[in-house]
Amino acid sequence: MRKLLVGTGTCGLSAGAGKVIEALRNNPGEYELSGTGCIGMCFVEPLLEVRDGDSRRIYGEVTPELALSIASGADPVDNLVWSDDGRGSHADFLEKQDRLVLRNCGVINPDSMDDYIATGGYEALRMAWEMTPGEIIQIMKDSGLRGRGGAGFPTGMKWSFAASAAGEDKYIICNADEGDPGAFMDRSIIEGDPHAVIEGMFIAARAIGAANGYIYCRAEYPLAVKRLENAIAQAGERGFAQGVHLKVKMGAGAFVCGEETALFRSIEGKRGMPTFRPPYPAEKGLFAKPTNNNNVETYACVPWIVRNGVKAFRERGTEKSPGTKVFALAGKVKRGGLAEVAMGTPIRHLVFGIGGGIKKDKAFKAVQMGGPSGGCIPEHLADTPVDFESIPATGAIMGSGGMVVMDETSCMVDIARFFLNFTCDESCGKCTFCRVGNRRLLETLERITAGEGREEDIPFLETLGRQIIDGSLCGLGQTAPNPILTTLRYFRNEYEAHIQEKKCPAGSCRALIKFTVNPETCKACTLCAKACPVNAVSGQRGQVHSIDQHKCTKCGACYDACPFDAIIRE
Amino acid sequence: MHSVTINVDGKDYTVREGATIHEACGEVGIHIPVLCYHPRLKIAGNCRVCCVEVEGCRTLMPACVTPITPNMVVRTGSPKVMQARKTIVDLLLAAHNCDCLVCDAAGACELQKMAYDLGLDRRSRAFYVCDDELPEVDSSSPVLQYDPSKCIQCTRCIRACGEIQGKGIIAAVHRSYQVEMAAGIHQWSDSRCDGCGECIQICPTGALSEKVSSGVRIWEAEKVRTSCAYCGVGCQLDMWVRDGRLVKVTGADVVPNFGSTCVKGRFGHTFVNSEERLKTPFVRLNGVLVEATWEEAIGEIATRMAKIRDEHGPDAIAGLASARVSNEENYLFQKMIRAGVGTNNVDHCARLCHASTVAGLAAAFGSGAMTNSIAELEHAKCILVTGSNTTETHPVIATVIRRAVREHGAKLIVVDPRRIDLVDNATLWLRQRNGSDVAWMNGMMNVIVSENLLNREFIAERTEGFDEFMKVIERFTPERVEEISTIPADLLREAARIYATAESSSIIYSMGITQHITGTDNVLSVANLAMLTGQIGRPSTGVNPLRGQNNVQGACDVGALPNVYPGYQQVAVDAVREKFEKAWGRPLSPKPGLTVVEMVNALEHGKVKGLIIMGENPMVSDPNLSHVEKSLDSAEFLVVMDIFMTETAVKADVVLPAASFAEKEGTFTNTERRVILLREVLPPPGQARTDWEIICDLSTAMGYPMHYNSASDIMDEIASVTPIYGGVHHKRLQGDGLQWPCPDANHPGTVYLHKDKFSRGKGLFHPVDFIHPDEMPDEEYPFLLSTGRILFHYHTGSMSRRVDALNEYAPGGYAEIHPADAERLGLVDGGLVRVSSRRGSIETRVMATERVAEGSVFIPFHFAEAAANLLTNDALDPKAKIPELKVAACKLEKAGSRR
Repeated sequence: MRKLLVGTGTCGLSAGAGKVIEALRNNPGEYELSGTGCIGMCFVEPLLEVRDGDSRRIYGEVTPELALSIASGADPVDNLVWSDDGRGSHADFLEKQDRLVLRNCGVINPDSMDDYIATGGYEALRMAWEMTPGEIIQIMKDSGLRGRGGAGFPTGMKWSFAASAAGEDKYIICNADEGDPGAFMDRSIIEGDPHAVIEGMFIAARAIGAANGYIYCRAEYPLAVKRLENAIAQAGERGFAQGVHLKVKMGAGAFVCGEETALFRSIEGKRGMPTFRPPYPAEKGLFAKPTNNNNVETYACVPWIVRNGVKAFRERGTEKSPGTKVFALAGKVKRGGLAEVAMGTPIRHLVFGIGGGIKKDKAFKAVQMGGPSGGCIPEHLADTPVDFESIPATGAIMGSGGMVVMDETSCMVDIARFFLNFTCDESCGKCTFCRVGNRRLLETLERITAGEGREEDIPFLETLGRQIIDGSLCGLGQTAPNPILTTLRYFRNEYEAHIQEKKCPAGSCRALIKFTVNPETCKACTLCAKACPVNAVSGQRGQVHSIDQHKCTKCGACYDACPFDAIIRE
Repeated sequence: MHSVTINVDGKDYTVREGATIHEACGEVGIHIPVLCYHPRLKIAGNCRVCCVEVEGCRTLMPACVTPITPNMVVRTGSPKVMQARKTIVDLLLAAHNCDCLVCDAAGACELQKMAYDLGLDRRSRAFYVCDDELPEVDSSSPVLQYDPSKCIQCTRCIRACGEIQGKGIIAAVHRSYQVEMAAGIHQWSDSRCDGCGECIQICPTGALSEKVSSGVRIWEAEKVRTSCAYCGVGCQLDMWVRDGRLVKVTGADVVPNFGSTCVKGRFGHTFVNSEERLKTPFVRLNGVLVEATWEEAIGEIATRMAKIRDEHGPDAIAGLASARVSNEENYLFQKMIRAGVGTNNVDHCARLCHASTVAGLAAAFGSGAMTNSIAELEHAKCILVTGSNTTETHPVIATVIRRAVREHGAKLIVVDPRRIDLVDNATLWLRQRNGSDVAWMNGMMNVIVSENLLNREFIAERTEGFDEFMKVIERFTPERVEEISTIPADLLREAARIYATAESSSIIYSMGITQHITGTDNVLSVANLAMLTGQIGRPSTGVNPLRGQNNVQGACDVGALPNVYPGYQQVAVDAVREKFEKAWGRPLSPKPGLTVVEMVNALEHGKVKGLIIMGENPMVSDPNLSHVEKSLDSAEFLVVMDIFMTETAVKADVVLPAASFAEKEGTFTNTERRVILLREVLPPPGQARTDWEIICDLSTAMGYPMHYNSASDIMDEIASVTPIYGGVHHKRLQGDGLQWPCPDANHPGTVYLHKDKFSRGKGLFHPVDFIHPDEMPDEEYPFLLSTGRILFHYHTGSMSRRVDALNEYAPGGYAEIHPADAERLGLVDGGLVRVSSRRGSIETRVMATERVAEGSVFIPFHFAEAAANLLTNDALDPKAKIPELKVAACKLEKAGSRR
């Protein structure tokens, strides 16, 4: 029987997948209908896949009406984004990936335990039951798996610490507090393949001897929470828990709770603030008991490694960074979505090969990796391979996989200001450097982008930024100035232009730009005047227009509206 | 302890393993500045001022929290460290309202000192001065205020409130640059903050401060260490004085309070500055008290007392000593009554609080005092609190109990008819019916015996009377006890198991045990329980009666009791009497004198005609006040020595103005038997004089000459006649004081009693059977009335009710009534209720609360205008003569619409 799958992850649902699946459900036909997770092609949601025997076809931007016609046999080629026979407008988006962690996302029904088991799910756990904890840990060590939360700490070694820590009560934690702006890898993994995470945790629990565990998930991910709770209940019913109790704990929206010590405090019911290490979580973590904490993607790798072997895992990636990494492509890229590639893949492949290049074919300027804690990598370093050695060498960090693409219209000073504004807002307020120091950095950036920069601002930003990195307690404070320091490293000229010439080279900072009408090319069509929300454009049809600078809010509507490029932005 | 070698600033040091860098450096004399660190608190490591360079570390390390490792190389003052430190303080200053010119904290402010030490003048600072709009100051608390603009987010207040006080009222709110400290949902006064001020004392800046500015810079005031005038904890306080006025009080960081105080200790001493203080003697002329000279007043007393003694004999005179004045003064007072007047009619308000303790524990152990020390409580594995609302009556001891539970995992068992605040911290709460204490304790012991949890070795070696005692215990099965006490049998069993099996269990009790006609029986039961399980004679165990008043222990110790001389030496024993006759140079009466309530009765019946009252206020404190008033009115001659014109003083024939605790030298003895010094902080107002000087003149005028040069001389005499105080001399008390027994000048004092043997040799089990209280609810008076104290006032309120802040917290009296009872009787919360007993009737406000059980009423007794003691029962315990203040029957009626 034919099978129809609708991508009902949060991204799909927000694009209208709910109506699609509802329409299909209300008009049953000769097919089996099911929801599935996000396959990563967020740029053409909602997605509908048709499976007919061995053939698979995925349609994008599907409306309820279109879905019904597809259900009744139509094959609208314009909407075909991928098929297993090589057709589809975005077939290469998937073909250029190496989907290991995302193997089931968008493929199986995440609410169905049978679907998961049918793909070999829980075989790894059964295998682990036959092994000693030491053997499991050895596999992890041999695989070279490193923490996918961004720091890249060797997972096997981490497990061995918790396993050898003294004490009976041990905890296993999954950090699903994905907070970087523009990052949604973990959400999609949980929504698309929750059992993989649970199975990874069960294997880890056996390896370290933990009987209790928490998945700390953002409350902003209600669907992920629901899927996790469902999966935990199912695994328990089928006897996979074996005495390991997992609970989902919802975070209350503090970015800093992604820092593991703050995360523990939050689970304990305290204010989520980082605490000093040592003691390390492996000795005294949650409730002062030995604790192992890994990120969602790390756990999702575990069952695959156990089942497919260390060798298969190491065939991907580099010597020091084996395996794959999932990235969330966002920003000025044509095909935003989730992409999984082998470690060591150049950034350019992600942006152009998978992402399809820059929107409107503007010039590629840089990527921001690692979210607000990360840094900017400029276009001339776009051949840098993504792995735990090469990325830090640029001044950025691997991070958890957020990759924000910027084009020529992105002002790098403003980008730094944006990320610093985020970290300032999310600082827990504990350390002086982070609480007050970052605020002072932000105030300085705000001045610079407002055209009030001073000569001494650049050395000030550099000096204080380095001191904040040096003197803060947790990862948030220690990385918060990274966006400033990397943009200063690669785009110092933009800072200097803001300060010395009071100009924003990217034409983005409103205080520093001016829209004027080029009387030579203006055809007096009034389109700009109609587009202006504040009536700053004067002039009638046939009369060259002009812009009242006092009224103008620099919104750029006239610039976008003019068909003759007669609006000058400078 | 192992040691490791580290290198600091180029030099090797051998330091304690496990120390932090800051501790290790401190121990070898290398100073690393800190702001958020405080030795009494857990380490937060958030200000980063203490950052140092550690070789091999990527970033600077906070010294306060980083543990040392062998061969660690540390640089505490490298250019990188100094630059970072300057930046941090600079950043703090940039976010700080540097209003030092008018800030109360100036001179004591740690941020100010740090800026000074680093030379951070405006020219060398990188950051512009805070130009944020100044936030509002939260001054909703009656005693303190929080100014966010001066807060440096060190979180010391949060930790102090949680870790030291065990309250956890303060929390950080908001994030990032907006982080503030807060208590309560909208403002401080919405919280359960009780104003102890621990947070003010620990705040490094002026962010948390006294609400009423002292108006004095810290360097302008003089600081004098002395003992608190309120409860029996004996907190050591630093009193700050300028121009003869008390301007500020802070807790001293020494035993027993280690810097903590309660709201009364810190904010409740302004009464010494009161305009209402007595400044001259008064003599009654034609029915009116008029100002007099000291000569006139003393002469009048001498003449009138001589007349009474000549006409009716010495036993027609009686004296009430005082738990509020010093040991030296109580000693002289009883000496004057005994040797000067020639009667043993001397007693004081200990009769109303712990007479049953003194009697019961003396019988069981041979010594009627708290067996262990306050500090030991913190490490007890189990604490059983019964009949003590510790958070209100002994607030600083309550912090020790809370720390034991919160920080050290102790199990707390509360046995109390009311849901007192400690129940929040309790493992078990047993709500007994008032007056059923013997029953539940016997029941616990029944469980301990039947489950074989008793300490047979201890019983065999250390005690006697066990077999007789067992005969009674057998009858008290948990089920029978449930019928009597309403405590569920299983809860009782659980409590028995916890208490008996803990490594160290300590019992704390107070008036809820003692103020019954079975007060002595209750105390004996407590003693039985401790002996049965061997939970006595070791650290963190024992039977610990918390003494109420600041010097009630001392007043008893120095003989202000009718049956004993100083040191509990019996007046009826010939050898003892002969010793005192020799010491005091007068023949002494062999007949034990009258107790407090007996004196009141004797006055009424004309057996006692003349009464001298030193610093007591029986017109508020004693049971059945109508009767007290009648008795005092029938006195032929009444003398009152006090600091205020109290409800009792207005009835006197002569009133003598006394110096307060802050205006004299002397000693108090706190509840843990610690003799502590009082120092003269201020001169007495007007013509007021110390009680000991008054007594000397009075005694001399009455024909028994007394002369001493100082309180210290008096203590030397006390030591010479009082074996337990044998080694107590003022010069030895300068530090932590001395805990008696301290028999000689080289004895270090005694931390806990009954170590290898009991004071009386073997501990004596007493078989105690249960009897009902004297007056139980009936149809006419269907409610069970209990009385007690509250945190914000003290005893008869003569001091605390003259303090504005305390009155703001607790302006007047009230009756705690269960909401269901209130509803049934049409009473509304805050409305008026008439409470009546067989002895009297008062009108007061309704406080509808589930703290009390249905059918019960609780009224604090501090408030003379609605005096709970008009209602209480003066039925006495036959052994200790303590009245049954804790149980009476009453009725409730809705009172008129008077506003």
